[in-house]
Amino acid sequence: MTSPSGGEAVAKSTSSGLGRLLDQRVLLSIAVLAVLPWLLPSQALAVNVLIYGVVVMGYNLLFGYTGLLSFGQAAFFGAGAYFTGIAIGRYGVPWFAAVPIAVLLSTGLAAAIGIVSTRTRGIYFSMVTLALAQLVYYVALQASSFTGGENGLRGFTVDRVSLFGLSVNFLDPVNKYYVLMAFAALAMWFQSRILNSPFGAVIEAIRENEQRARACGYDVERSKLIVFMLSGAISSLGGCMLALHLSIVPLDILHYQTSGMIVMMVLLGGARSFFGPFVGAAAFLILEDVISVWTPHWQLFVGAIFVLFVLFLPKGIWGTLLDTLGVGKARP
Amino acid sequence: MDLSLIIMQLLSGIALGAVLVITALGLTIVFGMLGVVNFAHGALFMIGAYAGLYLASLTGSFWWGLLLAPILIGGFGMLIEFVLIRRLYGRSIDDPLLLTFGLSYILVEGVRIVFGSDGIPFPTPPQLIGVLDLGIGFFPRYRLFVIALVAVVLLVLWLTLEKTRIGLIVRAGARDPTIMQVLGVDIGRVWVAIFGLGVGLAALGGVLAGPMRSVNPEMGSLVLAEAFVVTVIGGLGSIVGAVVAGLMVGISISLVALFAPEMATIVMFALMAVVLLIRPQGLFGVRGRTA
Repeated sequence: MTSPSGGEAVAKSTSSGLGRLLDQRVLLSIAVLAVLPWLLPSQALAVNVLIYGVVVMGYNLLFGYTGLLSFGQAAFFGAGAYFTGIAIGRYGVPWFAAVPIAVLLSTGLAAAIGIVSTRTRGIYFSMVTLALAQLVYYVALQASSFTGGENGLRGFTVDRVSLFGLSVNFLDPVNKYYVLMAFAALAMWFQSRILNSPFGAVIEAIRENEQRARACGYDVERSKLIVFMLSGAISSLGGCMLALHLSIVPLDILHYQTSGMIVMMVLLGGARSFFGPFVGAAAFLILEDVISVWTPHWQLFVGAIFVLFVLFLPKGIWGTLLDTLGVGKARP
Repeated sequence: MDLSLIIMQLLSGIALGAVLVITALGLTIVFGMLGVVNFAHGALFMIGAYAGLYLASLTGSFWWGLLLAPILIGGFGMLIEFVLIRRLYGRSIDDPLLLTFGLSYILVEGVRIVFGSDGIPFPTPPQLIGVLDLGIGFFPRYRLFVIALVAVVLLVLWLTLEKTRIGLIVRAGARDPTIMQVLGVDIGRVWVAIFGLGVGLAALGGVLAGPMRSVNPEMGSLVLAEAFVVTVIGGLGSIVGAVVAGLMVGISISLVALFAPEMATIVMFALMAVVLLIRPQGLFGVRGRTA
């Protein structure tokens, strides 16, 4: 499942038993997620960590591994959720078909936004992705007959999940968690495959030195567009999970504040590491949960903590931990 | 649809564009000199509007608010540069962007704590209430004032940059900060001043926009996206670009609002996408730096 390649092979030969264990990053991550509902104060929190973890993981492909700071990931998170809801509620598509359809359509959206935005570099890219994602927000706001406009999308409750004759009561929180975890596991396997592939090495080469990657003969523009689409696809799966979980899609999901939240999560956890996005999502959501108990102004503290992270802990919680433990280049 | 209506709408677009120009100018000047994109620019625009409102009610005159808010918030901007952003020079170009994004969270929530989450009406100064007969139609006095004031500010900025010694230092500092330091110019002081100027312009935009929009803690988020669109179309770092693109965006929004109101917020993004496909560096941008 996680066949080591390139940089990881080097890490493997130099690291200890711990390093070899951490090479099984997908299995380890799934194991942690499987016990998460019993580690966190509430199951609602665990489901959110799962969903946002997948969204942020997809984003990490773009930001952490390719070095492209997009401020528009909410467009794909939201698209996944809206397409799932519209497919189920409006067209009566069963859930197991609605999810792949939604991911496919969201990937198409990512292709459209990617074609325009990957033509730009650096700070320009951040600004353009933010603006184009806001365009998606306003389109969803205006097309209220499809999206419910300001009130969000409603009326597509999934109460039973059945596949291959197996029927599960989806309203039970534990069942729901493990069904959604299957999606997360699939996304993690997919992401790990991408990172272990030669293409994974190419995007990291682009991050380290774009000019050199181009000089080596790689088509930088095409690789950026592909990674933009893959990243959008994985994040949109998180959106599908959210739609199935909430049975509504709030319009705010498309706002650039959501994109910003995704950026915050990846930084809190640690960009460029496999499990960092889940740590970041958990850290953010726990902070929100804890602080909002005693003040409605939790954003003040989250903002301040984020600023401190940028200044003093740019590698995030998980990234710093990995560095401290001396876990080599595999970065689980 | 008669011609005079279109001309009036065009004028409305110029007034709308004038605020965009001032706001985007702050963003683009800071980028041109410091290489930093300020993601808190929208939040500072919003704070400027609140500061203008507060100072106007404190002194009993809109004019004091208009004068003092940009200076005060500009000073606050200098503090931000000195305390926070200065630490990030030499690190990844993404870091100041991330930091200012976190800062915008703090600023927006801070305003919610002090002034509450609901919108507050910003009264038009009594001298500028009402409309003026332009022969072909009636136009709000306040909007004419906004156009005139922005024109004056642009002229003063341009003269300062092109004709004074300070302007020379600033322009040279943007091109090669190291040489400027060798020549004995304290480039750190130039940077802090430029950042203060950029933030001050955002605050001025906020005060000017106040009577035209309602003032609320979220008003900055739309403004940030608008300012980004304008700077991307004009070319990041280009002052002429910001002016041309700002007016272009303002006019397109106004004209589209006349024919298809539901498309008004969408048109500027479409405009940006088209410009990017044809000229990724923006209309007046220099190729290589950003695209």
